[in-house]
Amino acid sequence: MLLMIFLLIFMNIGAIIAIETKYLLSSVISIGAVGFGVSIMFLLLGAPDLAITQVVVEILILIILIRGTIRLDNTAIEKYRDTFAMVASLIFFGLFLTFAYVAFKALPEFGHPLMRVSREYLQHGVERTGATNIVMSVVLDYRAYDTLGEATVLFTSIVGAFVVLRSQGRKKVGEEDTTQVGIPGDF
Amino acid sequence: MIVYLLTTFLFVLGLYCLVAKKNIIKKIIGVITMEYAANLFLILVGYKARGIAPILTKGASKTEFVTKSVDPLPQALVLTAIVIGLGTIALMVALCIRLYERYGTFDMSEIRRLRG
Repeated sequence: MLLMIFLLIFMNIGAIIAIETKYLLSSVISIGAVGFGVSIMFLLLGAPDLAITQVVVEILILIILIRGTIRLDNTAIEKYRDTFAMVASLIFFGLFLTFAYVAFKALPEFGHPLMRVSREYLQHGVERTGATNIVMSVVLDYRAYDTLGEATVLFTSIVGAFVVLRSQGRKKVGEEDTTQVGIPGDF
Repeated sequence: MIVYLLTTFLFVLGLYCLVAKKNIIKKIIGVITMEYAANLFLILVGYKARGIAPILTKGASKTEFVTKSVDPLPQALVLTAIVIGLGTIALMVALCIRLYERYGTFDMSEIRRLRG
């Protein structure tokens, strides 16, 4: 419990540094520290699958962001500061935190979850699905359609990134076709 | 309770970064922070005190497993949410790279002059 609070404070400090630092490279590295903190939190909270996934995803996010920032532009933007937006958002987020505090009183206490649905999964998951890892039995059996939908979303985002990043763009007006598509031959 | 509040503070930091910063890479970093906080909050709600991972090991008794295991359902949902987050962030960075090629800057107030 104490270790979790220390880790969360560490992650908050890392996020503040990532937000307020001048250079984009140090910002990206700080957000990497936050991500690995999340991974260790998952390990402490009894979710080893999530910890492994989080490490892999974190490394990929670091690679993607460094590709996006370092080769292009590593400087800060400090022409002017929008003081009104800053003050207004800080007031609004203070209100947000207050209402969140009120809402958390309705939640079950930390360390005592309700688990109405999950008790069923834990009791009968092994006989019904044959998987000893109950998380995997939920992902791939009980909620397999959900996973299929998520795979569709992932595929769509990959196609979007590919379309945005491909080097060959739209052809200019009056430019001849360079590639032949369709059935070859005289028709 | 303090754990929930610290996680919410992390979420609010990401939201502040998304709203108040001008640099679009900083905005992406705000989105990443919010995503981490939301995932972590869902797992925190499903945590059982001194719980074990929901993996049935050899020789473990069934009743003890059911009473001691943490909630597997939010873990299963967050597992896919993490991967989806990676996909959306890759798409956002791709758009940022194209915007930089077009306008030569990451500044949001410079990118206002959009053309068709």
